[in-house]
Amino acid sequence: MDLLAQLINTTLVFSTALILAALGGIFSERSGVVNIGLEGLMIVGAFSAAVFTYFSSEWGFGGGSPWFGLLMAVVCGVVFSLLHAVASISLKANQVIIGVVINILALGATIYLVKSLFDGQGQSENLTGIAFTKWNIPVLSDIPFIGEALFKAYPTTYICYVLVFLSWFVLYRTRFGLRLRAVGEHPGAADTVGISVTKYRYIGVMLSGAFAGLGGAAISLTTTYDFSHTTISGQGFIAIAAIIFGRWHPIGAAGAALFFGFAQALRFQAQLFEWSKAIPNEFLYMLPYVLTLLLLAFAAGKNRAPAAAGEPYDPGKR
Amino acid sequence: MQRLNQIFTKQSTYVPILAIILGLIVGAIVMWMGGFNPFEAYKAMLVKIFGTTYDFGEAIRQVTPLIFTGLSVAFAFRAGLFNIGAEGQFIMGMTAATWVGINTDLPWFIHLPLAVLAGGLAGAIWSGLAGWLKASRGINEVISTIMLNWIAYYFANFMVRVVMIEKGQNRSQDVLPSASASIDWLSALMDNARVHWGTVIALLCSGIFYYILWKTRQGYELRASGHNADAAFYAGINVKGSIVKAMMISGAFAGLGGAFEILGVFKSMAVMNAQPGYGFDGIAVSLLGGNNPFGIVFGAILFGFLSYGSQGMNFELEVPNEIIRIVIGSVIFFVASHGIVKWFLKPFFKKRREEKKGAA
Repeated sequence: MDLLAQLINTTLVFSTALILAALGGIFSERSGVVNIGLEGLMIVGAFSAAVFTYFSSEWGFGGGSPWFGLLMAVVCGVVFSLLHAVASISLKANQVIIGVVINILALGATIYLVKSLFDGQGQSENLTGIAFTKWNIPVLSDIPFIGEALFKAYPTTYICYVLVFLSWFVLYRTRFGLRLRAVGEHPGAADTVGISVTKYRYIGVMLSGAFAGLGGAAISLTTTYDFSHTTISGQGFIAIAAIIFGRWHPIGAAGAALFFGFAQALRFQAQLFEWSKAIPNEFLYMLPYVLTLLLLAFAAGKNRAPAAAGEPYDPGKR
Repeated sequence: MQRLNQIFTKQSTYVPILAIILGLIVGAIVMWMGGFNPFEAYKAMLVKIFGTTYDFGEAIRQVTPLIFTGLSVAFAFRAGLFNIGAEGQFIMGMTAATWVGINTDLPWFIHLPLAVLAGGLAGAIWSGLAGWLKASRGINEVISTIMLNWIAYYFANFMVRVVMIEKGQNRSQDVLPSASASIDWLSALMDNARVHWGTVIALLCSGIFYYILWKTRQGYELRASGHNADAAFYAGINVKGSIVKAMMISGAFAGLGGAFEILGVFKSMAVMNAQPGYGFDGIAVSLLGGNNPFGIVFGAILFGFLSYGSQGMNFELEVPNEIIRIVIGSVIFFVASHGIVKWFLKPFFKKRREEKKGAA
């Protein structure tokens, strides 16, 4: 029983960042802008969180440091996503290409800055003792099993689930959400009834920057405790997989990301056992990817992306 | 002279050239803000690339795998597929070539081609898997190739660490000399720079790329499927078959690149700490080259030379290597958003138009 509780707990840790980034991607893609750059935006988030948390603790922010880092991750994520927005919405550049550019620039710029800030080192200073620790929710965390599994998690995890609900609510229960989706499905029609396609797409892309930044921060502040060129290695792309697998729906994508987190947790837990020594390490590491692929091959139905995703909007072309 | 003028005023020519200049300017500004002298830095870069025959040979070595992966990504692009998996296919090519290089003992004129083909085939199978998943199960190739990248990465590490390990080392055994793709006489002329036949094959491949896509029926079908799958289907083209075929050819290019990286350069395969990155850089190269086989050769030369030259900047002035990623990223940014480039050129064109008016 204890083991299962731990497994669930680890799943939550591993999936948090993926869920956050996937939510961001959903807002962007729902507005009609494909965002391959999630990986890069996560890199920016992880970098700013690690750096600002470190320096704010040096400046004497104390316990507030990781929160300041988290905030700066969101801010920097949004600022960086503006590059995507300007190029792909205003300048009508190919969205996939710009996404790739975001990934290249993010890694280049952040490692360049890390080396400049930390005397040529390839990684930022370690944040152990400064970054987030797990919260035990009073009363609830004392419940046997459930308490262990669900209510002893990092603050980022709780934030993440609130945001999943909020995203669903905003997308499906508010006028803003309806308009955002309309812009992604049929920008021409939305434009005709007076919705500004440009404005909604900008908001969609900027939200993806905010969420992906948060997701990156979740990794550097709860898992790696520093930032280097391997801190974000493919999570952004896995978040994209979660979006597609979750059919561009916040709750669906969260489910897909949870599954991926679960597969990683399974590997993590299995390594604690003696019998796992018989299996070469590499096969355990492969597990999450193989499971995802198998699940996709045998359980996934038809996927349908937002109809206008990938197309720059050109009012003259109907 | 007029011909020359025409070439330079064609949009497809001046946009990339201006984008490169703008990208270098962005890099200069970043270096200047970081307290480095950009002119010294770029000079150090040029000296590193062209300074000695050894360095020039090594710069070409750096370019070669990028041509292969660039072609790989572009071929899939042309068929309407986004192959993020060149990375994994490259790794599978490395692994297969290493295995054949170590474990078969044959005369060189059989051994070398066999090892190279094994690499290409491994890449083709790996990407063919993604193509099959797309054609038969409707799985987006972006997802499946990402997963396959990681699976290939861990599989390769397993093969090196457990199956092909050189005792006491963190790498595989050496491939037999009969599987070496080095050009020994040229290497000797260039102070032992690791030049190899892969470069020649890469250039040949860009010709093959062109021939398949634009001179064969199959290539027409691939491009048609990429442009509009529904229209191609109604025209009687086997779209699903095209997907698998396009992916396999794409993966074969990447696999060949991986094979030559082992047989021509390293002669053994190390346990990897991170994915080698040539596949992802291939995406950048194919974008730089406008998905055109000959453009890709130039894109790879630019990318490869810049990243090799950045070592000189790092050594001479301690500029972090990553500056070159910023330059490359900016160049592609400017190529993609050619609106900006045209905006920069506006005054120039205006002047020309006025001149024409004046002449008339």
